[in-house]
Amino acid sequence: MQLVLEPNTNEIKTKKLYQEMGLTDEEFQLIEKILDRTPNYTETGIFSVMWSEHCSYKKSRPLLKKFPTSGEHVLQGPGEGAGVVDIGDGQAVVFKMESHNHPSAIEPYQGAATGVGGIIRDIFSMGARPVALLNSLRFGELTTPRTKYLFEEVVAGIAGYGNCVGVPTVGGEIQVDDCYKGNPLVNAMCVGLIDHDDLQVGQAKGIGNTVMYIGSKTGKDGIHGATFASEELTDESSEDRPAVQVGDPFMEKLLIEACLEITKCDALVGIQDMGAAGLTSSASEMASKAGTGIEMNLDLVPQREPNMTPYEMMLSESQERMLIVVEKGREQEIEQIVEKYDLDAVAVGSVIEEKQLRLLFGGEVVADMPVDALAEDAPVYHLPSKMPESFIKNQELSVQLPLIEDFGKVLKQLLQAPTIASKEWVYQQYDYMVQTNTAVTPGSDAAVIRIRNHNKAIALSADCNSRYIRLDPKTGGQIAVAEAARNIICSGGEPLALTDCLNFGNPEKEENFWEMEQATDGMAEAGELLNTPVVSGNVSLYNDTNGESIFPTPVIGMVGLIHDLNHITTQQAKQAGDFVYVLGETHEDFGGSELQKLLNGSYEGKAPTFDLQTEQARQQTVLKAIQAGTISSAHDLAEGGLAVGLAEKVMGTDLGLHVNVTGDNPAQVFSETQSRYIFTVRKENQEAFEKHVPEANHIGEVTSDQLFVIEWNDQELIHEKVEELTSAWKGAIPCLLKSKA
Amino acid sequence: MVKVKVYITLKSGVLDPQGKAIEHALGAMEIHNVSGMRVGKYMEFYMEEKNPDQGQIEMMCEKLLSNPVIEDYSYETEEVVPS
Amino acid sequence: MKFAVIVFPGSNCDTDMFHAIQEGLGEEVEMVPHYETTLVGYDAVLLPGGFSYGDYLRSGSIASYSKIMKAVKDFASQGKPVLGVCNGFQVLLEAGLLPGAMKRNEELKFICQTTGLEVVNPETSFTSQYDQGEIIQVPVAHAEGNYECDDVTLEQLEKNNQVVFRYLDSINGSKNNIAGIVNETGNVLGMMPHPERAVDRLLGSTDGLRLFQSILANWREQHAVSS
Repeated sequence: MQLVLEPNTNEIKTKKLYQEMGLTDEEFQLIEKILDRTPNYTETGIFSVMWSEHCSYKKSRPLLKKFPTSGEHVLQGPGEGAGVVDIGDGQAVVFKMESHNHPSAIEPYQGAATGVGGIIRDIFSMGARPVALLNSLRFGELTTPRTKYLFEEVVAGIAGYGNCVGVPTVGGEIQVDDCYKGNPLVNAMCVGLIDHDDLQVGQAKGIGNTVMYIGSKTGKDGIHGATFASEELTDESSEDRPAVQVGDPFMEKLLIEACLEITKCDALVGIQDMGAAGLTSSASEMASKAGTGIEMNLDLVPQREPNMTPYEMMLSESQERMLIVVEKGREQEIEQIVEKYDLDAVAVGSVIEEKQLRLLFGGEVVADMPVDALAEDAPVYHLPSKMPESFIKNQELSVQLPLIEDFGKVLKQLLQAPTIASKEWVYQQYDYMVQTNTAVTPGSDAAVIRIRNHNKAIALSADCNSRYIRLDPKTGGQIAVAEAARNIICSGGEPLALTDCLNFGNPEKEENFWEMEQATDGMAEAGELLNTPVVSGNVSLYNDTNGESIFPTPVIGMVGLIHDLNHITTQQAKQAGDFVYVLGETHEDFGGSELQKLLNGSYEGKAPTFDLQTEQARQQTVLKAIQAGTISSAHDLAEGGLAVGLAEKVMGTDLGLHVNVTGDNPAQVFSETQSRYIFTVRKENQEAFEKHVPEANHIGEVTSDQLFVIEWNDQELIHEKVEELTSAWKGAIPCLLKSKA
Repeated sequence: MVKVKVYITLKSGVLDPQGKAIEHALGAMEIHNVSGMRVGKYMEFYMEEKNPDQGQIEMMCEKLLSNPVIEDYSYETEEVVPS
Repeated sequence: MKFAVIVFPGSNCDTDMFHAIQEGLGEEVEMVPHYETTLVGYDAVLLPGGFSYGDYLRSGSIASYSKIMKAVKDFASQGKPVLGVCNGFQVLLEAGLLPGAMKRNEELKFICQTTGLEVVNPETSFTSQYDQGEIIQVPVAHAEGNYECDDVTLEQLEKNNQVVFRYLDSINGSKNNIAGIVNETGNVLGMMPHPERAVDRLLGSTDGLRLFQSILANWREQHAVSS
């Protein structure tokens, strides 16, 4: 019945209906030229999603080209569902990070849950078993009911999905700043483990082979662009409006097991998950990569609702669906496998020689488009950029020395800042232990997952300080990569490669695009020098509310290899009597710092002092010292500087800490100068440690008195009970959530 | 005093994994003449007025009791004698 | 000794249980899918944690009607050991093999942490390797572990020494801080904490291993007598 509502080709063109689907006049003309005719409604919809930024990277592609994407460990760089990196013994890790920002702003529980589900599918569709999840979250200040609701529901959604599907959520980060108030960021990362031989590619090879559909039925979930068609509908007919995607982690768990068994079956030719733009993108990308075409009969597509149109089926974003290509005549082998998991595999089409995506419905051809045009030939835009006034101003600003009277009080306030405060309230809701491989649980610099039956482990981290990037996007971009790597180093791992999630505001604002250029420049330089190529990633643009853009937030997810289980190191101090060392000099770096936020409520000035060469040299030094067994605990200094970093070493333990630091201005204990570490070292390892890290300064000792004491030039600056610091730090987030706005 | 009975259901078109799994389980129990299983919530509460403000009930349903992004609601009232 | 790990659709601690037996305990173990109908040849049955059927309707409810559950009931009625952990415990409750029911945690949130447990009854075939009153560290990971039963049942459980483990702190609102119970004959144990997550020093605690060692020791004792 709805078919009659679909506009004809003439209406699409003359009324410029394609504009409402996000296509420009030029793009529409290009489509007409490619097809040599005017596209119909379904085809226009398909082009509009395939040429969206999400699928085509048409506005970010020139920037992504700068990234280093290959290296000695890289088996698969960007282009497939996820990146693949060698970890020796014929094994590899498969990983990717993806954003689900806008869905989470609309329906936080389901938005976050389906974000987790989508990234897991990217991993197991490569043939890898998902072994860990991380997430990087950003919200406005936790002071309004709306922000608290978003925060609690996003966490609940991640927990609800990840826990059920049986993949441990082992780490991540949370930043709170009001630029994310209307536009929270929900980035999910999944890491999988695979033997090289089992690696799958999403290709539709072999003319005549069968295209099969596995998983949930297709509903009208998440279909956009149908706004004008609904003008003819009444407001009461809400059932025809696009539905919010709902995740079904139970179905996903069955899909994981079924697909991993299918990938062991040699009847399988190719497999890809139906992510954004579902059937459309999976079919056209698989065909385009293989140099073939696909013909599908939409009458055969499992449908959740009656009377679905080709447009709706092709644009549906229903979750938990996979598309596979199977050798002709061997479909039954696949059917037998999926049956064991209470699933159906349905043949919906076949691979054809002509490089076309051809769709049949009710016996008629309803769409016929070249696959390369859909998957590869989206126009690429080189957007103009302009250095913002604010950047120039910030660079010229002289250092504002903060005035602090009560250092102990300020330390406690910093420990209560949501970005620094303990995230126990969050990670206790995540099953971070399922699969029984989590050797380092959430709360340390990086999470560590052991590789069963091998003397090795992988270290995982996710990082981005967007405040630095707002002040100085290039330096900030470098720091984001460096900090992720530093966290891997502190856990005893060698950084291998990274995935990214580039969250930015509207790129058509020239200042925003300048930030993107600079930040990606910085990331590329750091990735190159630290030998951590970019193997996968995702771009999320237009993160704006009421014309205000978020801080540029390119989140880095990094994977490292711990070569020996004995190298696993955590951030907490281990025993009284151990010596405390700091590595790296401290400058007066307060631009973008947590202290600046606390005292001024805003950020200004230069990003922290940072030098990539120094960073790289220190990472190597620290890793060697850890591998030599000279370090008992290691921690890098980040938000809140030395004082916060030292507190993090003893909070939650029954230990204390007594150090004496020298310098010009005591406020430097909160400075956020980069490339700094703190260690605890056993007395008997002192000589060996100092030989490995001659630059490090011996500043004090771990004590058993449960007191936290910092002296500045031999004068007592901070003297607090560890217990009180711990309770401020652990209580902050639960307290904020409970308090009435 | 009235008793208010509120029924929260998933909007039609929104996937109901729970309903689907239950229907499947019934099938496993050899019960095959059941279809279209959807799971919702039922709530009841009392209001002091004899004729409570319908607008207030609707506001409660929209703001708290249901999630209008994915759920619909309906309600009925029934006069009761306070005990 | 040969263990069976029952796999329901949505079980996700099945492989953890498998590894705990194979690598931790060093005994033979096989996965048995929910659609099987017999447990002949096995000496102990383990119902793992996870989200069988997505925890839809009520946790454990749909799985309790699986084909394999008839075999599990037969197995239990022969006095052989049956252990249900987390979702496995919930399945045992729904199947009527153990009394009571689970409500959502008091705080209405999933809780994942390593928790102190008191061994209340070291006399069972699952706990003989522990000491009376011993405190052990075992992880919990559940959203519905708030044990509920009527007062008569509670009194019976306490009187018969059927409460095997108790939480040191009230973490989920369970009546009498109950973390694990056995049936009257002592051969069916249900517990929310995950002993299979506490068998390897690298991951923290090894306190769970002795539970499996108890099952093995008890089986060996019986086996020695009967042969």
